[in-house]
Amino acid sequence: MRAKVLRKELLSEGVYRFDVDAPRLAKKTQPGQFIILRVNEEGERIPLTVADFDREKGIITIIFQVVGASTELLASLEEGDEILDFVGPLGKKSEIEPGLGTVVCIGGGIGVAPIHPIARGLHEAGNKVISILGARSKDLIIMEKELRAASDEVIITTDDGSYGIEGFVTAALEQLVDYGEKIDLVYAIGPVVMMKSVADATRPMGIKTIVSLNPIMVDGTGMCGGCRVQVGSETKFACVDGPEFDAHLVDFVGLRERQAMYRDQEAEGKDHICRIGLGRGA
Amino acid sequence: MMALSLEKHKMPEQDPKVRAHNFNEVALGYDEETAVAEAERCLTCKVPQCRKGCPVGVNIPEFIAKIKTRDFDGAISKIKESNALPAVCGRVCPQENQCEKYCILGKKGEPVGIGRLERFAADREMAQNKEVKPIDYAPDAQKVAVIGAGPAGLSCAGDLARKGYRVTIFEALHTAGGVLSYGIPEFRLPKDAIVKKEIANLEKMGVKIEVDAVVGQLYTIDELMEEEGFDAVFVGTGAGLPHFMNIPGENLNGVYSANEFLTRCNLMKAYRFPEYATPIRVGNSVAVVGGGNVAMDAARTALRLGAEHVYIVYRRGEEELPARKEEVHHAKEEGIDFQLLNNPVEVMGDDKGWVRALKCIRMELGEPDESGRRSPKAVPGSEFELAVDTVVMAIGQGPNPIVASTTPGMDTNKRGNIIADEETCATTKPGVFAGGDIVTGAATVILAMGAGKKAAAAIDEYLKKKRGA
Repeated sequence: MRAKVLRKELLSEGVYRFDVDAPRLAKKTQPGQFIILRVNEEGERIPLTVADFDREKGIITIIFQVVGASTELLASLEEGDEILDFVGPLGKKSEIEPGLGTVVCIGGGIGVAPIHPIARGLHEAGNKVISILGARSKDLIIMEKELRAASDEVIITTDDGSYGIEGFVTAALEQLVDYGEKIDLVYAIGPVVMMKSVADATRPMGIKTIVSLNPIMVDGTGMCGGCRVQVGSETKFACVDGPEFDAHLVDFVGLRERQAMYRDQEAEGKDHICRIGLGRGA
Repeated sequence: MMALSLEKHKMPEQDPKVRAHNFNEVALGYDEETAVAEAERCLTCKVPQCRKGCPVGVNIPEFIAKIKTRDFDGAISKIKESNALPAVCGRVCPQENQCEKYCILGKKGEPVGIGRLERFAADREMAQNKEVKPIDYAPDAQKVAVIGAGPAGLSCAGDLARKGYRVTIFEALHTAGGVLSYGIPEFRLPKDAIVKKEIANLEKMGVKIEVDAVVGQLYTIDELMEEEGFDAVFVGTGAGLPHFMNIPGENLNGVYSANEFLTRCNLMKAYRFPEYATPIRVGNSVAVVGGGNVAMDAARTALRLGAEHVYIVYRRGEEELPARKEEVHHAKEEGIDFQLLNNPVEVMGDDKGWVRALKCIRMELGEPDESGRRSPKAVPGSEFELAVDTVVMAIGQGPNPIVASTTPGMDTNKRGNIIADEETCATTKPGVFAGGDIVTGAATVILAMGAGKKAAAAIDEYLKKKRGA
């Protein structure tokens, strides 16, 4: 259905937050789920994990990074403009329940956005939530305030050391373990390389780790199979079987290769040079 | 009386060399003179057999008789008594296995071109852009929800609206039509000229279509009935889950399901990239695995997208190809290379994760199996590599589980198809009916439409009882 952009905010360079008027979706959306939008008749269907939902106000919040022609078009919308198609909620919800213990929620880059409703849900269910937010530098850390409200503790890491711990999110995770924190579950959402690093770090520790994947997809309802990903010995469709999977079973190398499938065409379609090394929005 | 021609009047078509490079419709349709002449081939049998081959029971002899007398308006009215989408069916029905199979002329020569005549009547009416009258609903008209705006849902909705029910169709994609929009290519079934117009006519009648509504996620069936006030529900969600072969290399870049390949091209209009933003990657050589209509569509689409060499890889022989003969014929005319009696065993990749070849093994046909088809057997040691950049898997689709898995009380069989009564389409959940591919497994447009019609009649009976009429 059509959905109006109620609020637009530039969070950091090329990263936007939209509050979208979508009451029915807001009523039904659960942490971990995603939406698909299409800006106009010629537009691509863009999957975006939900960053926030407000059932009372009927608002779905999305956060995206301009990485190509389609996200650039989306970013060109102003408050009051309508998105032609806004579809969801899609995918399975996160398995949130009380008694999970201490959960570390790791968000890298704009992966912080989809981690937010999960952290909040886990926190509201009475679990201890430690959030680790990572980015290249201080001005790229988003949603810190929201995550502080949704967590017992927040740790920031930046690659350049401009804020928080200098280093990657895995450094913060290892520190937690070194300090004797007993971690029962890890959620990690961000670039594929980051999720792979987290999985590699938690595997030897035997900590159950869940990642949320955002591969290339078209319909988001299981129809095209474009989002297939190898999980253990099985091929799964991220849109309907996921988007969350056991990080220790995901074939991240294959996932990364599949995400590069249209890089040439995207360059041809728009002379946009991705300055941040991404092929697609998270 | 003139001697009857043993052959149908030829369908004017675009030249194969030209059409292999464009997306315009291949078959151009009869003009009035040809249509009347073809109609005159009909023997007007006392006991016509043709009609029993039609899943929606179109009164074929009468509409052909009207074309004979140039009463073209009368002809289309007659067709529309039974068929809500004649311009579609005239193009994509497998008439050779249905109405035309029973035509008495077929015993000595070719049957009457019933499909071509149906298309002629429908196209002629469409060209006139006639006003469609909105239905006058009773203030207390009962509400029916239809899940899926494909052939089954559209035909069910049309029939129910004509009976005075307020119908809302919930469609998961952003465009109505189901397989008519995402699956069947433009060159066989024009979208703007035909599909959108047929659907717009339903909307003008008063059928509401809510696109972008994924039932099972945005609404459950229980919510539709308990909170949204629908008195009955028809589920026509089709066969939307693509099958893969489960051979090594299927997740390499360059391997598509036919669903994805066709959806990108038809629904998202990737053939007009970059004007339309959705990309598709074809490469120079393409192997399409499978022998059905979907495989033919994918192969011919690949050719039009610029592939230099397109193979059909099918494990049985020519006789066993499940595609319509006409589609196979068209594909061959356009230069599709049929690699029959070959079965893929592995998709080979390069070091960057892209397809470089399809490894196949040669097959030979053994004794007929229980289904009567000769079953293929691999010839040991006969593996070979077909150098290709793209592989499209067109080996069938299963039922999408989203609706069934969120609808307690509506049972499915072990394949995931919804269990529904053959005559009434009633499911195990009261007030919920289902038909088309979601019940039968992947079949044809017209069979789904037939199921939609049956369901509409049964829903009418159910709702009459419910309101105590």
